[in-house]
Amino acid sequence: MASYSTNEFKGGLKVMLDGDPCSIVENEFVKPGKGQAFNRVKLRNLKTGRVWERTFRSGESLEAADVMDREMEYLYNDGEFYHFMEPDTFEQHPASVEAVGDAAKWLKEQDMCTVTLYNGTPLAVTPPNHVILEITDTDPGLRGDTAQGGNKPATLSTGAVVKVPLFLEIGETIKVDTRTGEYLGRAKED
Amino acid sequence: MTDTSWQPTASIAALRQRAALLARVRQFFTAREVLEVEVPVLSRRATSDPHIDSITALCKGEAAYLATSPEFGLKRLLAAGLGDCYYLGKAFRDGEAGGRHNPEFTMLEWYRCDWDDRALMREVGDLLGEVLGIARMESLSYRELFLRHLELDPHTATEEQLRACTARHLELSFAPADRDECLDLLMSHHLEPRMGSGITLLYDFPASQAALAKVLPDDSGTPVARRFEAYVGGLEIANGYWELTDPAEQLRRFQADHRYRGTHKLHVYPFEERLVDALAAGMPECAGVALGIDRLLMLAGDYDRIEDVIAFPIGRA
Repeated sequence: MASYSTNEFKGGLKVMLDGDPCSIVENEFVKPGKGQAFNRVKLRNLKTGRVWERTFRSGESLEAADVMDREMEYLYNDGEFYHFMEPDTFEQHPASVEAVGDAAKWLKEQDMCTVTLYNGTPLAVTPPNHVILEITDTDPGLRGDTAQGGNKPATLSTGAVVKVPLFLEIGETIKVDTRTGEYLGRAKED
Repeated sequence: MTDTSWQPTASIAALRQRAALLARVRQFFTAREVLEVEVPVLSRRATSDPHIDSITALCKGEAAYLATSPEFGLKRLLAAGLGDCYYLGKAFRDGEAGGRHNPEFTMLEWYRCDWDDRALMREVGDLLGEVLGIARMESLSYRELFLRHLELDPHTATEEQLRACTARHLELSFAPADRDECLDLLMSHHLEPRMGSGITLLYDFPASQAALAKVLPDDSGTPVARRFEAYVGGLEIANGYWELTDPAEQLRRFQADHRYRGTHKLHVYPFEERLVDALAAGMPECAGVALGIDRLLMLAGDYDRIEDVIAFPIGRA
């Protein structure tokens, strides 16, 4: 595997640190006028999501991590694994519950997701920014109250719970931003 | 590192501020009767500093080096009897690139005959205070700064204590090689961020970090380098010396730097023996300081990154 020197470190570069794949967040070159040069680096551990800070001597290098992001279609959950498929090769990848993490509550069959592969195995799943889901449970709607503010919790078909306006009913489909969990609007009829 | 955009990275406003700053600096020295001089940017000799790399050019097929500072030229002029003088122009350091570094940068360096480091440090404070409009200024010794934030005397602490202190405050990918590496790490990672927003003038550095400064005992009898640094808001902006004038000691330091570079497998450049000759002929007692103009402009205009004040930094040059 290739390795990268500190002067090649930049945001998004995937490297191995302490045996874990990491993504570089920030790389600051530090050098006193009279003294040695260092690189002060922030890295996100892709397994745990935690951000590490580490100082390297300038010129040190880290091994590249075999990590890549792929767009894949979510197929189904067999109770143990979430199955994703690469649309061009039809190759399927089972992702563990740990890899899917919080994304699970947004996964709808046939939606396209970003799957991060580490040594060929799913390490993390990022749902699409916007998903369209059906309301499966919420308090009865207040008809004709479309102008008034206020909201109520609604459970969606994937299990996610979001705040929605009071007038929405069970069975309606809505558009949600998965990054914020925010209700964006009623889904348009196709 | 290269990008293909033709546009400058600095705004037109920043470039106007740069012109105004250069004019102001020249005014400052004209008023104080310090003479502006030019010295070679392209030279047959290079710095011996173990932590600074020169950029090599070819001149009729022979190696020549882009000056990492105007120091040697200015000192030869001092030995020739020029008197108080300054250089305001480009300097080059290989491999130094980042938010606060560009390999090609603008340096101001000046010398004051018969002054010591303390007197020159006050003048640096005057220039910074005037240009930046900052009144808050603190002078303290290197030792005081370490005692204040780390309760550690940098001159007398054992290597063990320095290593333990470094390990306590920093996450490192390597074991520090020696005392000086521990001190550099603590300074850049722990102490600079704690300096506050005003001007900090730091003096009496460890003797091991003397570079070309005199080494003399301080009030407590500890030998210290008569060297100072100026910081603004924790950003290193200037580095000054009560200059070494002893030719034999100068030669020893060049040779020690060469040995260090050799044993650490760093490129060994030819050193400037003409500086040793100039000292032998009698360079006046003096103090000198180098100040980063790009960083001064960052501070004056509240810019975060050096490319905000340089029209075409290395990636676009």
